[in-house]
Amino acid sequence: MLRIRPFLRPMILLAPLLMFLGLAYVLPFAGVVGWSVTLPEPGVQNYSAALSDPLILSVFWRTLRICAIVTVISVTMGYMLALLWVRGSPLVRTLTELCILIPFWISVLTRAFGWLALLSSRGLLNSWLEGLGIIDDPLRLVRNEFGVIVGMAHFMIPFAVFPIASAMRSVDERVLMAARGMGASRTRIFTRVFVPMTATGIMGAALLVFVFAIGFFITPAILGGGRSVMVAELIYLRIFQSPDWGLAAAVSVILMVAISALLALLLKQLSPKDAK
Amino acid sequence: MTTNTRAAEIGVSSIGKDFGSFTALDSISLTIGRGEFLTLLGPSGSGKTTFLMLLAGFEIPTRGTMTLDGAPMTDVPAEKRGFGMVFQGYALFPHMTVSQNIAFPLQLQKRSASQIRARVAEIIEMVGLGGHAHKRPNALSGGQQQRVALARALACEPPVMLLDEPFSALDKNLRGQMQDEVRRLHRETGTTFVFVTHDQSEALALSSRVAIFEAGKLQQLAPPREVYERPENRFVAEFLGDINLLPLSNPTRDGEMLTGQFGGRTLRAPGHEDGHTLAIRPEYMRLGHSAPDSGNAIPATVIDLTYLGADTRIDLTGPDGTAITLTHPTDDLPPGIAPGSDIWASWPEQKGFLL
Repeated sequence: MLRIRPFLRPMILLAPLLMFLGLAYVLPFAGVVGWSVTLPEPGVQNYSAALSDPLILSVFWRTLRICAIVTVISVTMGYMLALLWVRGSPLVRTLTELCILIPFWISVLTRAFGWLALLSSRGLLNSWLEGLGIIDDPLRLVRNEFGVIVGMAHFMIPFAVFPIASAMRSVDERVLMAARGMGASRTRIFTRVFVPMTATGIMGAALLVFVFAIGFFITPAILGGGRSVMVAELIYLRIFQSPDWGLAAAVSVILMVAISALLALLLKQLSPKDAK
Repeated sequence: MTTNTRAAEIGVSSIGKDFGSFTALDSISLTIGRGEFLTLLGPSGSGKTTFLMLLAGFEIPTRGTMTLDGAPMTDVPAEKRGFGMVFQGYALFPHMTVSQNIAFPLQLQKRSASQIRARVAEIIEMVGLGGHAHKRPNALSGGQQQRVALARALACEPPVMLLDEPFSALDKNLRGQMQDEVRRLHRETGTTFVFVTHDQSEALALSSRVAIFEAGKLQQLAPPREVYERPENRFVAEFLGDINLLPLSNPTRDGEMLTGQFGGRTLRAPGHEDGHTLAIRPEYMRLGHSAPDSGNAIPATVIDLTYLGADTRIDLTGPDGTAITLTHPTDDLPPGIAPGSDIWASWPEQKGFLL
């Protein structure tokens, strides 16, 4: 029988996953890296093009801006939801939990079309507002950055809730009581004690949302309507519409490196801080 | 003891607290004196922590009233009482340094930055935390965190200090050190201390008076020596340490003394109540090979001896199979005692009491 060294035994359990990731992910990605430096001819001209082309740079810039806005909105609203979920009355907790979980059962595509139906120029919201006489012309709510941000934030908020709620659950009630006993008002306890004590949850949620948002494709493609192109859509366009695989591959590698760097930061942030 | 001008007196009148249909506290009345060190002692679920939470203002009483220096306190919320509180588990602010933790209550009082700095430095010195001012709580040992909690509670010179089982997480040696520390802080600040514990020896060592709780009721409120030597009821007697209980038959009053029969012996104890059980602490009993001329004595058989250092614990079987325990100075043990020896256990009449 084959003898396996003890330190290698966990590898038996990990092997299927590693093999799958290797075949389905690492190998294709290596191919993409290959394309980025060989198509149409060997060299790094694709990278210099990607980092100097004003159109591509504007897409990078827009992606960062949208992700930053989505992160701020999702984390803020996620914090409020988490507060209701962790510290609300039992009824409020149950209702909040449903509100957090139900979106997970609806696909991202359905949700994007849902927002389209709601926000387009002849959609529900504009019809109501016109019917009530509040506006004369329909508001431009989709096929622009606003629509993309609404759709993405809607998708990301539940993901922001979990790390924040877990940080809130670990807050010792007695610490809040101690602050109260010293004469601190509710506002003061919240800003000076509760928020700082949940700061790791806020940081974790922000990085999670940002990293997730940076690679978004379907939501910006549908709600941006081609006018608010983000990086993932740009890669898609460069591969399927203006075949320029080398440039698309270079942009993919840049995106991948950026996400890896952020993930490394996320892991460092979430690992327990060692005591001095 | 220095009398602190800020130390307050608390009056509690018929206070009660229900949680749903459960009565956690039932009609407690007592007065906590200015500068006193009162310990609330009882097993878990006895109502002692509920009582502390009512004093702190974190719980609202269902019945009864409280006063602070004669003024009504019942409806004053915790944040307006200005008491210092030390919680079980310390409840330090984990995101603040030691000096920021201590400065927090001072900032709430809107003191000037220079006043705060001076007071923080003073109190850090007072609790012996010099050199740790800029550390976070998680970088400190349990004992040091305890000192921070004490410093933070004392920073504003509170009229009343409330301490909720502050030492339950510390090991025995550290506990002793912190008990000395708390006694010193009480002496130096002169403020009123109310201290919750389930540890009998801690209560006896620290307090000027001990309030013993059981099943939501105040069982006895008296100085440590009195609750130990003259407990008012059987619960208090048994809760405060080992005790031997000898049921007396044919009790008759004889002036200040009560006389009764036990195992064919006539025993006497001071008693003014109608209790019929003679109680005697293990450390007041002595062994001898014959019955002494005066005092109470009963014949017994040695079951086991346990060497404890300065003392030896001896388990005996008395008349009618009554189990008796006594602790005897090891030096003074009569010679030749071994399991199975027949022996006399005796004690001065004044040391026994009736329950």
